[in-house]
Amino acid sequence: MTAERKEFRWIGKRPVRPDGVDKVTGRAQFSADFNMPGQLIGKVLRSPHAHARIKSIDTSKAKALAGVKAVITGADFPSLPDEWVGAGRVEGNFKYFSENIIARDKVLYEGHTVAAVAAVSAAIAEEALSLIKVDYEVLPHVIDPVEAMAPDAPLLHEKMITRGMKTPPTKPSNVAKWAEFLMGDPVEGFKKADVIVERSYTTKAVHQGYIEPHAVAASTSADGQTVVWCSSQGQYQVRTWVSKIVGLPLSSIRVIPAEIGGGFGGKLIPYLEPLAVRMSRLTNRPVKITMSREDVFRATGPTSGAAMKIKVGATKDGKIVAAEGEFIFQAGAYPGSPFMNGLMCSFAPYAIPNVRTWGYDVVTNRPKAAAYRAPGSPIAAYAVESALDELAKKLNIHPVDLRLKNAIVEGTPSYFGPKFGSVGFVETLEALKKHPNYNIPLGPNQGRGFASGFWFNGGGESCATVNINDDGTASVIEGNPDIGGSRASMAIMAAEVLGIDYDKVRPIVGDTASLGFNHVTGGSRVTFATGMAVVRAAEDAVREMKERAAMLWDISPDAVTWEDGFARPAGDNAGKHEPLSLKQIAGQAAKTGGPICGHASLNAQAPGPGLGSHMVDVEVDPETGHVKILRYTASQDVGRAIHPSYVEGQMQGGVAQGIGWALNEEYIYDKNGRLENPGFLDYRMPVCSDLPFIDTIMIEKPVPSHPFGVRGVGEVPIVPPMAAVANAIHSAIGKRLTSLPMSPPKVRAAIDGDA
Amino acid sequence: MKAQQYEAPDSIDKAVALLAAAKGQARVLAGGTDLLIQMRVGRLSADTIVDIKCIAELRKISREDGGFKIGAAVSGAEADEHAELVAHWPGVVEGWELIGSTQIQGRATLAGNLCNASPAADGVPALIAAGAQVTIVGPNGSRKVPVEAIPTGPGRNSLAKGEFVTYFHLPKRPPHSSDAYLRLIPRTEMDIAVVGCAVNLTLDAGGTCTAASVALGAVAPTVVKVPDGAKALIGTKLDAAALDKLAAAASAACKPIDDKRGTVVYRTKIAGVLARRAALIAYERARKRA
Amino acid sequence: MSKHHVTATINGEPTEFLCETSQSLLDVLRDELELTGSKEGCTSGDCGACSVMLDGRLVCSCLVLGVEASGRTVDTIEGMAQGADLHPLQRHFLEGAALQCGICTPGFLIAARALLERTPDPTETEIRYWLAGNLCRCTGYDKIVRAVMDAAAEMRGAR
Repeated sequence: MTAERKEFRWIGKRPVRPDGVDKVTGRAQFSADFNMPGQLIGKVLRSPHAHARIKSIDTSKAKALAGVKAVITGADFPSLPDEWVGAGRVEGNFKYFSENIIARDKVLYEGHTVAAVAAVSAAIAEEALSLIKVDYEVLPHVIDPVEAMAPDAPLLHEKMITRGMKTPPTKPSNVAKWAEFLMGDPVEGFKKADVIVERSYTTKAVHQGYIEPHAVAASTSADGQTVVWCSSQGQYQVRTWVSKIVGLPLSSIRVIPAEIGGGFGGKLIPYLEPLAVRMSRLTNRPVKITMSREDVFRATGPTSGAAMKIKVGATKDGKIVAAEGEFIFQAGAYPGSPFMNGLMCSFAPYAIPNVRTWGYDVVTNRPKAAAYRAPGSPIAAYAVESALDELAKKLNIHPVDLRLKNAIVEGTPSYFGPKFGSVGFVETLEALKKHPNYNIPLGPNQGRGFASGFWFNGGGESCATVNINDDGTASVIEGNPDIGGSRASMAIMAAEVLGIDYDKVRPIVGDTASLGFNHVTGGSRVTFATGMAVVRAAEDAVREMKERAAMLWDISPDAVTWEDGFARPAGDNAGKHEPLSLKQIAGQAAKTGGPICGHASLNAQAPGPGLGSHMVDVEVDPETGHVKILRYTASQDVGRAIHPSYVEGQMQGGVAQGIGWALNEEYIYDKNGRLENPGFLDYRMPVCSDLPFIDTIMIEKPVPSHPFGVRGVGEVPIVPPMAAVANAIHSAIGKRLTSLPMSPPKVRAAIDGDA
Repeated sequence: MKAQQYEAPDSIDKAVALLAAAKGQARVLAGGTDLLIQMRVGRLSADTIVDIKCIAELRKISREDGGFKIGAAVSGAEADEHAELVAHWPGVVEGWELIGSTQIQGRATLAGNLCNASPAADGVPALIAAGAQVTIVGPNGSRKVPVEAIPTGPGRNSLAKGEFVTYFHLPKRPPHSSDAYLRLIPRTEMDIAVVGCAVNLTLDAGGTCTAASVALGAVAPTVVKVPDGAKALIGTKLDAAALDKLAAAASAACKPIDDKRGTVVYRTKIAGVLARRAALIAYERARKRA
Repeated sequence: MSKHHVTATINGEPTEFLCETSQSLLDVLRDELELTGSKEGCTSGDCGACSVMLDGRLVCSCLVLGVEASGRTVDTIEGMAQGADLHPLQRHFLEGAALQCGICTPGFLIAARALLERTPDPTETEIRYWLAGNLCRCTGYDKIVRAVMDAAAEMRGAR
């Protein structure tokens, strides 16, 4: 727990979140909780095949069914050009986005949307789906990314040429993109190494696993104005997608953010919204669509599985002199795995003079990969941090000390871009060494593992409005869905700047018409970038209030200061005036120029990168291979913990997801390319009894570019756990598991030497 | 999920009559924790649902000939609250209690677990090891059969049209006898058994095993009894050699498949591990039970 | 077949509704009675977001037919607070930041209340196993378990 600092009144405190009462009483409206009068129910027809050509779709019988109001297929959407927008690791292609939302000529995975209907009841909509006749030509499919790279593999996109190569290949393949990062000369570097570790690793696709299935309600009036109600990680992103995919001007779409029941990256992109909007425009009635849990598993998320080769070399004293990594990431049905993040994050925590990473974005007959918490980084870290553990053991250096010897510090050059700014990596490692858990003796079959992780953290476009009400309260309007307590952070920062009580600040998440553009709730950017906008907006309101006070006092605004919610004369030269409270100034706003509204609009730059170091103790049942997590300690540079409880919560939640990824979660396919575990029964996310309390250590190294030093905290915590658990298992049983998940059968096989 | 008619009779006779008279597919609803899911995903259909939870006598646990008679509509949570049943048949109750979450326990019945005929049903191995019987009623009256006569394969049971299970009968316990059920799941809760094993033991006053029964779940299409394993225990105090023989017999009795929940190799190994562990638990319990 | 006319006591209030046989109690609560505090996460009894009390017994409302509620009592999250007075569990969930997105929260609260009614002084392990049927993907359960322990202590008068 962070010591509360005297210089802050609200920052670092733990008040109840503004949206809390609604969420503990059942009043909060999540996406599926919203209904409109006259609403139609939409249902989606999905492909039963992993790969098939759509020869024809006959919707006539479905359309003729009484109560059916709309039936749509890919033909109801515009064809979009095959063009990439956005830079490097975050680029996108709306042709692919559109075809993923509703198939055109081919279905590329089981669960791929083929058609949708809207009817007066769910039962009629279901019946209509059964009346749609799709003539498929089933094609050979490929699920595994390495198999998909084979020369004779079935091609998902018959004309796709690998992008990113200096000499583009002449033949199409399933490799959508190739990329490489290089610093120094690894070949020469490895010659200097006394010890080299070289090993291959694989991971499976895993789902974000939010508990709220996707849902949307869309309504279009006779003048073509559409309102969309849905939960997402960005109402503006939904608006953009609907605009592009349905073909509408942005001004005709208003997206109202519902409360969001978890996203973790998986709700950055819409799935149902364009379908609902299209059908609401055809019918001029509200259309509501809700996914089942099976739909969620079959057609949304997951993140990539991967195959990786890592090589690291160090001198006897533990200095890493060279590193290489090959990363093959499965993209799912359309290009766009987070492989470039993997290339960049893999060795990012370490100052290594010679680094080369390269990788492949490989399409497979699976749902298109979606972002999942620090996308790409946890996958790469599993491989690299496992290899480092092996290296440490070979060098006979404690794994924490190996990391300390090579940790990046401010000013270390990165192999993928500029030098690192403020980073608190060393501090996270030193804190682990000081934690009581570091020295707890281990029993038989128990092991302790360590791993670290990196995430870029994001900035970007945000705006916010702070309205000062005439009773001395303030309303904050922000544009980012609150996925884990961010309203509380915004209110804390606004209260701190305004100098009023937290309880007097009421934040809301505005719809797309109530504020300018805001980038998504993702990339660990919200408390940093939107927080910065809220701070600047509150400062703008303070500036305005100082001007109003100056007007009332008839002095220059420069002669007014703002302290603890009061305007005061700056000094004796400013004259003798009784301080004016925010409430007093707000109460006279009509006389002094009208409503007081602070606003800020910015593109936040220079987010501080996130680094974390984890320590986990496990106990392995040597007969069953079952791994029990005994204790877990996560140490992280959090910049400044605005609301420490929600920072701890991000750390604990990320760790829990990472433990699930490590031990049991995986997409399992049958030989026909159909997902065998599209439900919570067999997609095994951690349950309450699987986990211990998760200890957190918050290191506060403020980020200079943010007024309060905020650093993104949400993503780093999922990066180290898989390697930390693998390393702990190795410490317990002396065997190294190089493929996720480390489920009981695999652990037992490792113990028996079968694998 | 399509089900048109819902009936909630208050007597067994009425339930039998409703099932006999039902047009199309009729299904008995007990706890519903399997039935409703299977209907929702389209694996089962029902034109008529006959809910047996309003039949008072099927919601009771009572003593019978020194043993127990358990109504088919009793939920796991109710069984857990029945101290006498737990004291006599801890293995039966712990198998039942492992079916799903606390919420599922509020509904799930042994009859449903048995008739659903999953090879991995947690409630069944301990019943079979216990030598439990069930009463079945139907248009031709009632009959009593051993529990193992009900499941015939994954998702299939031997009940004739219009028949349903009304009671479980657990025999009278001799002194120094007890049972245990263990299962292996990847998590700690909420999973389907990869392997399940029940052991039921009777000891003499000196702690030597005089009778034993061992049953394995999830290693074959239906629950497998392991008579060689039981034999290995009889006449011993469950020394290491006896337990080794038990484990080997359990592994040898497996005829598992590879599926998303486990492999042949793993299931075979684990059957032995669980048999050994369950036997030791049952043994400790039996020694303590006068 | 016509709809069933069902009379039940929901959150202490006599309630009537019409439903099809195929509608679950969750469907009825959400779609017919506009009690959307009970959430649908899976419809297979694996997530616990739809937890309610049926005649005082904790169940997943997705695995109960609406028609089965006839003549019975149902308690949902909407009935947990008395007006503006939050239940101690609700208060401790707020004070302890035991929710992030909040979608699983109603189910956890209903399940935790059922536990404390039966076991006023649960151990950490008892809490964890009792709540194993309630999935939370945000919190790692840490603050949920602590909030339940804190609420239990308060309710016992231990603090």
